[in-house]
Amino acid sequence: MSKRVGLEASHAAAEAARMADVDVIAAYPITPQTHIPERLAEMVADGELTAAYIPVESEHSALSACLGAAAVGARVFTATAGQGLELMHEVVYVASSMRYPMVMTVCNRALSAPLSVWGDHSDAMAVRDTGWIQVFCQNSQEAFDMTLWAFRVGEDPRVLLPVMVHFDGFHLSHVTEPVILPEQEEVDRFLPRFHYPFALDPDKPMTHGAFGPPEIYSEAKIAQEVAFRKSKDVILQGFQEFGDIFGRYYRLIESYRAEGAKLLLVTMGSFSETATIAIDTKRNKGESVGLISLRLWRPFPFEELHQAAKDAETLIVFDRSISLGGPGGPVYSEVRSALYSEKDRPKVVSFIGGLGGRDMSVKDFEYVIDRGREIAEKGSKELFETVGIRGKVTGIRG
Amino acid sequence: MAEKRLKTGSDLTWRDIEVGNVVTEPGNAALRRTGDWRSQRPITDKEKCNKCGLCWLYCPDAAVKPLEDGYYEADLFYCKGCGICANVCPKEAITMVEEEEK
Repeated sequence: MSKRVGLEASHAAAEAARMADVDVIAAYPITPQTHIPERLAEMVADGELTAAYIPVESEHSALSACLGAAAVGARVFTATAGQGLELMHEVVYVASSMRYPMVMTVCNRALSAPLSVWGDHSDAMAVRDTGWIQVFCQNSQEAFDMTLWAFRVGEDPRVLLPVMVHFDGFHLSHVTEPVILPEQEEVDRFLPRFHYPFALDPDKPMTHGAFGPPEIYSEAKIAQEVAFRKSKDVILQGFQEFGDIFGRYYRLIESYRAEGAKLLLVTMGSFSETATIAIDTKRNKGESVGLISLRLWRPFPFEELHQAAKDAETLIVFDRSISLGGPGGPVYSEVRSALYSEKDRPKVVSFIGGLGGRDMSVKDFEYVIDRGREIAEKGSKELFETVGIRGKVTGIRG
Repeated sequence: MAEKRLKTGSDLTWRDIEVGNVVTEPGNAALRRTGDWRSQRPITDKEKCNKCGLCWLYCPDAAVKPLEDGYYEADLFYCKGCGICANVCPKEAITMVEEEEK
C-alpha cells in the first residue's frame, strides 16, 4: 500500500533517491537545496540507505566525484542550486558529453548580483545547452515522481545521459505538501538495477575521456546531439511506464483548460499552479484562455508544442529569468523560434516576472493575460514587458 | 613493426563514434606512427658508443631499442626526434641530423 505523507519537495527528492537505492551521493550544501543533502546524509548515517556519501569542498568537486562514480557504473545522485550550479558549470558539460547517467536536483535560485538565495530560473537557463535532459516540477509529488523517472530514463541503455530535475527554490523546496509514497516493490519494478555498459573495469580496460582533436571533435558532438534528441522516445516510454505502475501519467507539455483556447499562457515550474487559478477566473468570465506548461525543457518538445499551440491565436510566455540584451525571456525565445516555421503561427508575447523570489499572485497572472492580449492586438514599444516591477519599464529596445 | 594500420579520426563518421567517445580497445598507442612528427633523427657513431644504454633509459617514448650486438638504435616508426638521447649521451656518440639530409 502506498501512503500519503506531508513532505517538502526537498525531502520528497531525498526520499526518491533513497527508494532508488542510490550507490553514491556527492553534494555540497547551498541554500535552498540544503535540506536534500542533509536528509540523505542522515539516511546514510542512520543506516536507512546503504550508499557512499562523499562530503566535498565545492560543487565543482561534487559533480567531479559523481563523474568518477558513474564511470564505474554506480547509481549517482547530487543536488545543487544557483551559484552552486554555476561553480559546477564546466563539469556539467563533461557529464553529458561522456554519457554518464546521474540525477541532479536543482532547487532553482537567482544568480548574483545582487546576492539572492531566492528562487527564479536563471540558474537553469545558464545550463540550457549542456546536453542534460531537463524537467521542471510544479509540486512536491512531482519532485518525487520526476526523480524516480529521471533514473529510469537516464540509465536506459538507449539513452545513457544525465538528468536534471528542476524545482523552484523555497516555493517548492521548503513548502510541505501531501505526497503519495509508493511501496518499495513498485519502485523496484519501475527501476531495475543499473548496468552501465562502459563501466571501468581493470579486467577489461578501456579509455574514458580521450582527447578530441579537430579531426574528431565535430563528429563527437553530432553523435551526442543525435543521441540526445533520440532520448525523447525513452522519455515518453518512461512516463508511460511510470503511469502504468504508479497511476500518475505525465506529459512533456502539461495543459489546463487549453482545449480550443484562443489565448494560451505558457509557464514553467511551480508558478503554473497559481496561473491555473487565473485561468479559472478568466474562463468563468467567458474568456477563451488556457494554460500550457513545459515539463520537458531539454530536449525541447517541438512536436508537442506545435500540437498544443495549433488552435491558439496568441501565446503569452511568462519567464522567471532575463536573457540580458536578448530578444525576451529565454522560454519565450525558444517558443517563438519553435513556432516560426508554422504557416499560421500565433502571435507570441514575452513577459518577465517572479525574479529573485518575487511572488506572482493570481491577479498578476490576470494582468499578464489582459495586457498580453492588448500587446498581441496593438503591439508594444518594448521587446518584452514586465509584471510586478515598481516604476514604468521603458528602454527594452533592440 | 606494427603491421596493422589503425583507423585514424579522419576515417570515422559520426556514426562510428562510440557512446561517450569511449575507446574500447586499450593500448592502441603502439599502433600509432609518431615518427612522422620528427624533423631530426638520431644517428649513432658506433666508434664513440660504449653501449652504456643511457639513450635507451632516457628515451621518453621507449623508441630506443637494444640491438643484439649490444648497441642501441632508435625505432623511427616511433622516434619523434626530441634529441634527449643525443643530449644525455656521455660520449657524444649521437648526432641529430635534419630529416632532409641523407
